[in-house]
Amino acid sequence: MTLFILRRLGLGVVILFVVALMLFSLMHMIPGDPAVVALGSRSTPEMRLAFHQMMGLDRPFYEQLGLFVGRLSVGDLGVDVWSRRPVLTMIAEVLPHTVTLALASFAWAVALGVALGCLAVLYRGRWPDWMIGLFSIGFVAVPSFVVSLYTLLLFAVTLNWLPAIGAGEMTDPLGYLKALILPSFAIGIGWVGYVSRIVRAAMIEAMNEPYVRTLQSFGVAQRRVILRYALRQSMLSVLSVIAIGFGGLLTGSVFAEIVFSRPGLGKMTYDAVITRNFPVVMGTVMVTAALYVTCMILADILAAVLDPRVKRALQ
Amino acid sequence: MRKAQQKTQPVLEIEELSISYAGRPAVSNVDLTIQPGEIVGIIGESGSGKSTLAHSILGLLPPSAAVTGKSLSLAGTNLLGAGGSAFRSVRGPGAAMVFQNPMTTFSPLHRLGDQLTELLWRETNLSKEEKRERIVAVFKQVGLSNPVGRLSNYPFELSGGMLQRVAIAAALMMRPSLLIADEPTTALDVTMEAQILHLMRELRTEAGVAVLMISHHLGVIAEICDRVVVMYAGRVVEQGSVEAIFAQPTHPYTKALFACEPALIAPGLHRMPVIDHEALRTAREGRNMA
Amino acid sequence: MSEAISTMHVATGFNERRTFRIARTLRQVLSTPLGAIGLVLVVSITLVAILAPLIAPYSPTAISVTNRLAGPSVAHWLGTDQLGRDLFTRVILGTRTAMTVALVSLAAALAAAIPLGLIAGYGPRWLDGLLVLIFDSLSSLPMIMFGLAIVVLLGPGVSTVILVIVAYSVPSYARLVRAQTLSLKARDFIRAEQVMNASSLRILFVHLLPNVVGPLLILACLDISTVITLEAGLSFLGLGVKPQVPSWGNILSDGFAVIRNTPVPVLVGSVPIILATIGFTFFGEALRDALDPKLAKEKTA
Repeated sequence: MTLFILRRLGLGVVILFVVALMLFSLMHMIPGDPAVVALGSRSTPEMRLAFHQMMGLDRPFYEQLGLFVGRLSVGDLGVDVWSRRPVLTMIAEVLPHTVTLALASFAWAVALGVALGCLAVLYRGRWPDWMIGLFSIGFVAVPSFVVSLYTLLLFAVTLNWLPAIGAGEMTDPLGYLKALILPSFAIGIGWVGYVSRIVRAAMIEAMNEPYVRTLQSFGVAQRRVILRYALRQSMLSVLSVIAIGFGGLLTGSVFAEIVFSRPGLGKMTYDAVITRNFPVVMGTVMVTAALYVTCMILADILAAVLDPRVKRALQ
Repeated sequence: MRKAQQKTQPVLEIEELSISYAGRPAVSNVDLTIQPGEIVGIIGESGSGKSTLAHSILGLLPPSAAVTGKSLSLAGTNLLGAGGSAFRSVRGPGAAMVFQNPMTTFSPLHRLGDQLTELLWRETNLSKEEKRERIVAVFKQVGLSNPVGRLSNYPFELSGGMLQRVAIAAALMMRPSLLIADEPTTALDVTMEAQILHLMRELRTEAGVAVLMISHHLGVIAEICDRVVVMYAGRVVEQGSVEAIFAQPTHPYTKALFACEPALIAPGLHRMPVIDHEALRTAREGRNMA
Repeated sequence: MSEAISTMHVATGFNERRTFRIARTLRQVLSTPLGAIGLVLVVSITLVAILAPLIAPYSPTAISVTNRLAGPSVAHWLGTDQLGRDLFTRVILGTRTAMTVALVSLAAALAAAIPLGLIAGYGPRWLDGLLVLIFDSLSSLPMIMFGLAIVVLLGPGVSTVILVIVAYSVPSYARLVRAQTLSLKARDFIRAEQVMNASSLRILFVHLLPNVVGPLLILACLDISTVITLEAGLSFLGLGVKPQVPSWGNILSDGFAVIRNTPVPVLVGSVPIILATIGFTFFGEALRDALDPKLAKEKTA
């Protein structure tokens, strides 16, 4: 089991390395001084000099890469071009907000998605199944930032039920939660349709398994067969698909943070892009990639734990 | 109460049963009666309709199957044209089934103890502990080693033979009037097959359960059945006691079946016998067998 | 010489079969309600994009400060934005922006992905491994983050948007081409040994491309909705096309700024995106079902 985890971690590290490599190459492939490329034409000579020193732009390419990787492994993501604050500190400040947002959205999507998927299977072929199907297809079509805008429009502007700006303070849990509802709902709802379709399809496939016939032959109630056995079986495929979709959640959170003016990784990256603050962007991209890869690994481990056959095979 | 009924009523009574899928007949005009404590075998090739017949007894056919006939009654209850709830009431105490592939009979994600406890859903007056005791008892009855340990095993941890014993145990646990075994030994090797058949003979003696054994293998039928029903192309072509049929098969198909049995073919180099379906079809139409 | 003639025969025979197949596929797509809706939407959007300058009643940059944020009226069917520009015009021209960007970037992505996939499938193992690693790494990043990284280096603008879309799309197309190449390599391996090396490559093209065109087309069609969304998203962030150039994303971001005054611009900017996404998704799925009926049967089970 530990070997399995180690292998996944190793692959994750390799992927992160490739991402860093790609960013580096991009920086160098564009003609001109990489400092100007990264920081824009409005950057001051001091900023460019500082950038040069930080990245070691005078040295050969592989040395620069090695320097970057070396700094990464000790957690040094460089410094903000304008404020000279360490990027890592800046990220650490906003990361909790993004993570809470992503988790809350995930919770919405899974809870609603699984519930709707089960409903669709329980009433298969009848009108609830139909309605849920239509709803699912419809919501896949609406991009996350549009959903955020609509949610903002409906609940904050028109109905004025919930706050529309900011995240509140962590020290005020109730206020924080109130501010979390709309953005997480906006992101999550985009995934509910997707999740419910996957759950429905996986459960229908599970219902074709031979052991379902066994259960039926002993008179076990259909509802119980679906909810206790088919659901468990379908969770395996559902989880791996959801894990892949987690990237979509991160994407959605970027837009949601901007629309709802929440502090977070996405908003910070966006602000950095506007101000040509390349080290910050580089830092956030690496952190996001690391988060993403971690989720993949966790999903793989979770799948292994849930299926006792895989778990036994790994031990 | 059940003993008294057994003296008067057949366990299973099927009259003129026909089953078809979208107009294509799978079973045509079958009569079958099983008395309490009998072991009846149905023999036929794949596609003869024997499995379909077995599944129809418990209503396990897909919704596209059209079931018609004069009667289909299990332990006195008429199930022809019945809905899901009627079948649910007989599944288990009326008849319990053992399927062909023991490896896929149970859910791979739940422990066997939990699954069998699930199957005892009817016994609302029993506590979880009491249910476990009943399962352990029936595990012992089918000859499983370490019965208590088996409760926490997952299906993939057991061999095919052991899993089939668990399946038989599950069926017995319901104290059914009829045990339907759909080719229970086809997926097992010869030694395991011998053990399972031996087990079934013992169970008939000890528990008085009637058994409907489906097989395509003459040897299995010969081993444990009292009566045999020969099916071909959805019809019953011959039935009678095992001794009578084996000694004197009358129908051309039965004769062909015996001729093809490897154990009955004399050693030596000669052409393998083949069942001539064309000849059988014309013979059937000629004879106008119902 | 005889080979040249035989390939020509194959080509013409194939073309004839292809036109018949297109008609049949279209009919099948129209037979399902979702497919019909998708086709109608796709065709309408394409028509609007092509005819945009002819349909638009006003100039997209005609500012009228006195007429800002007017609601829908006879003169302005969808009202005006915060600079008094007619929203209907901007939406129509935004269609053209969306479709142009989508088609150009998809074409570029395909142009890059097909050779990459071929090299990965046909070339040495180490190169294949390297390319697959790059594909996996690219697709393991949320596209918006990598997109933002590209934007910070290249500056906002249409070409950046196209590059981001290409970077996002190439891995999945290349993987498809690679898979087809691998399976074909296994199959034609024996034949390739018997024939000269040069023509084995030609066989690869004659056999590979037809096999791969279908799935690629479906993938591209389903992808168009994502691409349009990506362009709109980047424009919404102000990182896409220039603010004067009409784009659905621009309309949305302008609308977002005035969302507390009037919801009209936000609604006006978002509905086309939704329609386009629905249209291309439905059409793409119906196309997939039509071209591979085996998959369709599994879906309806």
